[in-house]
Amino acid sequence: MTSIVPAEAEHFGSLAADWWDPKGSSAMLHRLNPVRLRYIREAIDHHWGIDDTERHPLAGRSALDVGCGAGLLAEPLARLGASVTGVDAAPENIDAARVHAAGQGLTIDYRSGDLASLNLRRFDLVTSMEVIEHVADPAAFVQALADRLAPGGLMVLSTPNRTTASKLLLVEAAERLGQVPRGTHDWDKFVRPEELTAMLEDAGLIVGDLRGLVPMPGRGFVLGDNHAINYLLTARYR
Amino acid sequence: MTDIHTSDVIISGGGLVGQTLALALAAHGLSSCIIDPADPAKVIAPDFDGRASAIASASYKMLDAIGVAERLAGKGCDIRKIWVSDGLKPGELDFTAADDDGPLGTMYENRDLRIALRDAVAESDRIALHMPARAVTTTRGPHGVEVTLDDGARIAAPLLIAAEGRRSPTRDAAGFHMANWSYDHSAIIGGIAHELPHDSVAYEIFYPAGPFALLPLPDLADGRHRSAFVWSVARADAAGLLKLGTRGFTRELEKRMGGLLGNVTMIAPRMAYPLGFHHSAKITGERLALVGDAAHGIHPIAGQGLNLGLRDVAALTEVLVDGARLGLDLGDAQLMDRYERWRGLDSLSVSVATDVLTRLFGIRGKAASAVRRFGLGAVQATPPLKSLFMSEARGESGDLPKLLTGMTV
Ligand SMILES: Cc1cc2nc3c(=O)[nH]c(=O)nc-3n(C[C@H](O)[C@H](O)[C@H](O)COP(=O)(O)OP(=O)(O)OC[C@H]3O[C@@H](n4cnc5c(N)ncnc54)[C@H](O)[C@@H]3O)c2cc1C
Repeated sequence: MTSIVPAEAEHFGSLAADWWDPKGSSAMLHRLNPVRLRYIREAIDHHWGIDDTERHPLAGRSALDVGCGAGLLAEPLARLGASVTGVDAAPENIDAARVHAAGQGLTIDYRSGDLASLNLRRFDLVTSMEVIEHVADPAAFVQALADRLAPGGLMVLSTPNRTTASKLLLVEAAERLGQVPRGTHDWDKFVRPEELTAMLEDAGLIVGDLRGLVPMPGRGFVLGDNHAINYLLTARYR
Repeated sequence: MTDIHTSDVIISGGGLVGQTLALALAAHGLSSCIIDPADPAKVIAPDFDGRASAIASASYKMLDAIGVAERLAGKGCDIRKIWVSDGLKPGELDFTAADDDGPLGTMYENRDLRIALRDAVAESDRIALHMPARAVTTTRGPHGVEVTLDDGARIAAPLLIAAEGRRSPTRDAAGFHMANWSYDHSAIIGGIAHELPHDSVAYEIFYPAGPFALLPLPDLADGRHRSAFVWSVARADAAGLLKLGTRGFTRELEKRMGGLLGNVTMIAPRMAYPLGFHHSAKITGERLALVGDAAHGIHPIAGQGLNLGLRDVAALTEVLVDGARLGLDLGDAQLMDRYERWRGLDSLSVSVATDVLTRLFGIRGKAASAVRRFGLGAVQATPPLKSLFMSEARGESGDLPKLLTGMTV
């Protein structure tokens, strides 16, 4: 933060402003955020046996969000009490995230770079939302995530499924409507739940819960049993 | 520079709705800061607010869930039956509450409500009350809201809630478009002791000049029976009626009551309130939400004004508590959208229904009167319509916030 010159800070400030603009280019992510958070919250409560009315369920725990962007997930995790580390490959995202967290008065350890080469400790909670479909080697990425998971920890992942439905809906509709920046999603690289499950198992983990994220007209996205479009899952050590 | 005091929300306006909201949030662990320019001693003085409010059973369940109801024990009078009629002619429509369904609502003097809320607020360590105090500057920015008060105190929160009543300056400064209708009527309100027991009946009698309501209250300490009245008259006539001597006014009142409750004695000062209908096109903005009369004000005829505000409280509390448990910024646009979707429409439909009712019953002439009588008869003869009216009066229709079922979130 201190190493940023003022003109750059301004640039990242406007980049952060766009990331955090609920009607800006990340509008879809903003709308998805409460639903994803609800899933993560339920997973946390279930995994650690926490009451669902507790305001700081992650107090005393550490969390790592990989592919954190400007902090849409990292910030809520910090408010839930976790000491959070956010990692993103794009340095400009990290700078935007730092500017925003400072404005919110949140302390979050943001790092830019490649997860495997960053020398991080292990975390109680590891999350990576809508990232695996972008990486060159998904299996290696899953292994790198698993390497950062502390014993007794919880991992939560989400990603689009590779189905005809997702091809139609995500790639065509969402991008045409401009709700996801064009070119963000490359359907061929989408990972199916059984493929992701196998990768997690190879990394020594087991999948606990698998849930679909379904678009409902007029209601945005809801959690359900249909995994065809997008899914979330939890994993832990065997 | 003074230290900034931070809380989960800032509530501008500590009236009935603002205080209830602070208490509902506190019951779920959320902190608030209330700002109100009024003198706290004055607002509970006997001559400040002579109104009585019908608390719908759903609203009561919320007051119970947040620990306010116990402070009202013995102060309310259940409404067991609502007797609606066109003038004093036959063809009345009485919504009788089935016994096992509980009362249709409970009447409280506003002053008792204010005292109960004040005491509960004073005992809560999650509510900071700045009263009397005025905001000198209010800044809603990308990261939060900051307010400087006239005593120099600075407070900050992620969200500002305006509960400032019908003339809400925060709402107007935000540039929200308002739908307004003036009824050209005033309500004269007051309290009476009467000879015959009211038997827990609320009367709503529609006269060509406007509706007249009698609302049951608990008997006085000396055993006399007691009710509140809401008498709506053409605005031009209100001043004259207020100036009448007690004897003359009582006689006019008895005429409207047609001997329903026997002889009448005035026991509380008369007051006049101009009546209007207003509804804000939007109830949320950047880090801003409106509740209560700041969002919508309606004719008191259906007794729904405060209840609408309390439903706002229940919905907004659920939205914010859910948001806090997900770690969201409490001013997050997704949370504001959810509140807007939840309450924007419901409050409008009640406002419009009440407006239609008032207009229908405000039309003069024999034909209109016949239509009204027929209309009432038709509702009476149509069970689904009747039960819809009943559940609306109880405040139970629509997608219910948990607090209105008596459960915390
Ligand atoms: C004659 C009449 C009879 C009624 N009867 C019933 C009934 O039987 N049942 C029912 O449910 N409803 C009834 N209502 C409606 C009910 O009284 C209102 O809906 C209710 O009082 C609204 O509460 P509120 O807290 O939103 O607003 P208010 O009670 O108006 O409170 C607003 C508060 O904001 C404060 N304030 C003002 N300006 C500022 C500012 N700039 N900054 C900060 N604070 C500010 C004020 O001091 C006040 O404390 C009736 C209304 C009338 C006129």
